[in-house]
Amino acid sequence: MNVLYFAWVRERIGIPRERVETQAETVGELVEELSAREERYAAAFADMSALRVAVDQELSSFDAPLAGVQEVAFFPPMTGG
Amino acid sequence: MRIVVQQAPFDFGQEAQDFASGHSNMGAIVTFTGVVRDTGDGALEAMEIEHYPGMTEAALTKIADEALARWSLGDVLVIHRHGRLVPGEMIMMVATASRHRKDAFEAAEFLMDYLKSRAPFWKREVTGQGAAWVAARDEDEAALERW
Repeated sequence: MNVLYFAWVRERIGIPRERVETQAETVGELVEELSAREERYAAAFADMSALRVAVDQELSSFDAPLAGVQEVAFFPPMTGG
Repeated sequence: MRIVVQQAPFDFGQEAQDFASGHSNMGAIVTFTGVVRDTGDGALEAMEIEHYPGMTEAALTKIADEALARWSLGDVLVIHRHGRLVPGEMIMMVATASRHRKDAFEAAEFLMDYLKSRAPFWKREVTGQGAAWVAARDEDEAALERW
């Protein structure tokens, strides 16, 4: 699936998007998997309360299932307007 | 309904005029425009706005659909810019048309409250000291509860 990062999450991880092959069943498991990979991921995902997630471009939650999902995005709370 | 996400500036007067004309059965047109505000000490050089192409348009459409479902509206317009803006530049505007002003005002406030914290935009302030992401405010989240 495609994993996208925005704002300071993108800056901490160092890339705007990547292709991830994963067996993770939920968003939370994907976060654990990425965090275990490298320190920059662990740093970006350290405080989950400061993070929001979109699954296939819809705001979602960390317990959302990933079966059939094409795109997951991580970002801080939005500041539009 | 018209949803526009663009980097380029927009002409507020022209947009308001175009929106208002062609709605002769609407007695009330409300517009709101957000402007890049200087911090007061002249320190703000620019506001950089990042967004999530694809989701942004979908999220704005969903918010506008919700407004159309909840209030008696003839039309809704949302324009939101992204990229680098300097103080004084217009960031975004919403416009609502209704037969009566109450619906137009309430729907415009609803649109503003929701697109502040439910549309995927992130602001970064650039000053002489560097750049910093704007943190979401608790009161912006709390503002959603009244709807």
